Amino acid sequence: MIGASPQPASAPAPPLETPAAVPARRMTGAQICLESLLREGVDTIFGYPGGANLYLYRWLPDYPNLHHILVRHEQGAAHAADGYARSRRGAVGVCFATSGPGALNLVTGLGTAFMDSVPVVAITGQVPVSAIGTDSFQESDVIGSTMSVVKHSYLLTRVEDIAPTIKEAFHVARSGRPGPVVIDFPKDLQAAIGEFNYPEGPVRMRSFPPPPQPDPDKLREIARIIKEAKRPVILSGRGVLISGAEQELLELSHRAHIPVGWTLLGTGAFPLQDSLALQMVGFMGAGYTNKAVCDADVVIMIGMRCDDRVTTRLDSFAPRVEHLIHIDIDPAEIGKSVVPHLSVVADAKTALSRLLPMVEPKREHEWLTQIDQWKEEHPVHYVRREGFLQPQEVLEAMYSRCKDEAIVVADVGQNQIWAALWFNYAKPGLFLNSGGLGTMGYAFPASMGVKFSNPDRTVFCVVGEGGFMMNMQEMATMVENNIDVNVVILNNASLGMVRQFQDDFYDGVRSAVDLTFTPDFVKLGEAFGMKAMTTRRLEDVGPMLDEAIAHHGPVLLNFDIDPDANVYPIVPLGKGMLDFVEAS
Amino acid sequence: MNPSRLVSVLVENKPGVLNRVASMIRRRGFNIDSLSVGATEDPTVSRMTIAVHVGRQAAEQATKQLTKLIDVITIEDITEMRKVAHELMLIRMHAPAEQRSEILAVVGVFVGRIVDIAASSMVIEITGTTEKIDTFVELMRPYGITEMARSGAVALVRGDQAGIRLADLGLEAEPPGGSRVGAGAADAGITADTTGDI
Repeated sequence: MIGASPQPASAPAPPLETPAAVPARRMTGAQICLESLLREGVDTIFGYPGGANLYLYRWLPDYPNLHHILVRHEQGAAHAADGYARSRRGAVGVCFATSGPGALNLVTGLGTAFMDSVPVVAITGQVPVSAIGTDSFQESDVIGSTMSVVKHSYLLTRVEDIAPTIKEAFHVARSGRPGPVVIDFPKDLQAAIGEFNYPEGPVRMRSFPPPPQPDPDKLREIARIIKEAKRPVILSGRGVLISGAEQELLELSHRAHIPVGWTLLGTGAFPLQDSLALQMVGFMGAGYTNKAVCDADVVIMIGMRCDDRVTTRLDSFAPRVEHLIHIDIDPAEIGKSVVPHLSVVADAKTALSRLLPMVEPKREHEWLTQIDQWKEEHPVHYVRREGFLQPQEVLEAMYSRCKDEAIVVADVGQNQIWAALWFNYAKPGLFLNSGGLGTMGYAFPASMGVKFSNPDRTVFCVVGEGGFMMNMQEMATMVENNIDVNVVILNNASLGMVRQFQDDFYDGVRSAVDLTFTPDFVKLGEAFGMKAMTTRRLEDVGPMLDEAIAHHGPVLLNFDIDPDANVYPIVPLGKGMLDFVEAS
Repeated sequence: MNPSRLVSVLVENKPGVLNRVASMIRRRGFNIDSLSVGATEDPTVSRMTIAVHVGRQAAEQATKQLTKLIDVITIEDITEMRKVAHELMLIRMHAPAEQRSEILAVVGVFVGRIVDIAASSMVIEITGTTEKIDTFVELMRPYGITEMARSGAVALVRGDQAGIRLADLGLEAEPPGGSRVGAGAADAGITADTTGDI
């Protein structure tokens, strides 16, 4: 957002004293920032320039190893940085925005990353230090505006703080329970001259200690409980994926024959094809998973928050449980909703790898037989309707072509749950979505970041026509950079999830959900320079997907699906876990 | 009995920290009864003493959430610990000559001080527990309170083994979060309450 600054760019700060003995690398604050990003291993930045970050952009071309992607709206930059980080373990996503409106446009993206513990560093331009607090042009209180949606934030006020602050910001973003960090960078500091000295060694902060080690006594107690359990169930969340504990989870499950279910964000932590796999749990989870949780005498929750989408009505969650065990890196998640009998505050991988040697092989035949029976009685299924394309048919066709090689980035709404349930994620990191904040418009820009992190994988963006239109300006970014993403619009000409809720829980009154008036997505895509196709017929789905996958570059596929297709199973609002309604 | 929980927090002495702490408490839906911030023996660290109007379990959630704030170094719910928790009040009384001696007698009992006096008013400074100050206010009410200002409690745990002290803060310190209730109990016999609280 370019805007003429009402005041002249402030003069650079007076040169600092240089110690005679040390040949200092003197440079501008903007260069110090960019040098620091290189030291943190950054290779891609999603951003948008404006009056208050122009010094950063003045120097950016001098750093060819920092690949800058010009998005078309700052929200896109935040989501793209999220997708970049979320789809590559250990990576931190980086986005730039200018002051005022630029920074405020990041807020939804930061909130999305915050709720799902995604490491993102946002560097926002700010008005000069001397102008802060004067309501100057394009000034906003970025620290205040983002406070509740970031893990931490910094306002830079001295040029010598730039490098150490960036190092600390990356450490905070990626360590412990990851999350977004904002660095507010006043324009005069970007121009000020200072020395570049990147701090050596690990960051040590007295107020941000490393996560605790799991208590061995508690782990032994868990092993004992597993030994005595008659009906054990494991639920795994995104924490398992973040810490890379999938193998440990698999071994634990196999050794003690414990069925494993997962949260929406934990999808992919355990292979669906495994005989001990349940499915997603909760509000829109599989009926057999909910049955298992409700009958279990031991439930082990690993790396999850256990929010209301998991528990449905709180008192209906695991009513027969004798030992509710919660393992999470964040002590604030323990007892926030359900109160466990036993908890371990630790990284999931550390906890599980230490627990494993203590667990004795066992197998509760009766319980596993019961689970298999529930799987037969309550399969996740859908109903075909003559003359209408079902969304599940599209997803099945996608899976049959790419198997475990594609990454699916889902948006929010019905498309999100269909994508979670109808793709056999056999490996971790193949399904991404805004599970916590539920941000419509997330998937399309996020999938750009995913492709930059995973250039060798096929990337599908599964989105409704509503969510696509929330950030469709990024088509320009996609085409400009020839980002090879296959956008799959499941177009039901309505805000489907809201429509389903209105039909079932709000007296059947359809209100403000009709999206019959949408653009011709093929013409729209083509106007941006995208390859674009559309159909309403099942027989076209396969050939269209084949063409899209073979095409190198962004493709938009519009599928006009059954306008009455709904998400099943679903627990009616206010009901409990066992009150799930299945497709009929 | 005051239903609020008293939480003692050591924070980095940086701009915006008060905002972060207050904002977190608000966001999680807790109500602050009082909050005081001030320096400690280390100029880079401030101590906040927060009285939050919540039950024990909610206070535990609040302290855990506060612990997650990067600028919070350590935090402790000291409600059930042996502690000194005092606040300071300045109160201006309507005090014409004929009322003065009565007021002064009460001030004497409460070990208060007269810090300003004028023809028909006086300002009294009084320190002590919240209960003591509440009691004093009730006794003063009939004489006519013109205005008053209270600091909110500041608190330290009693005894040599007191819970959170800067001296104990090492980077390898036990992770904060768990309430170490009763940490001062070992000294119960050797510390004396010398405050003259009512």
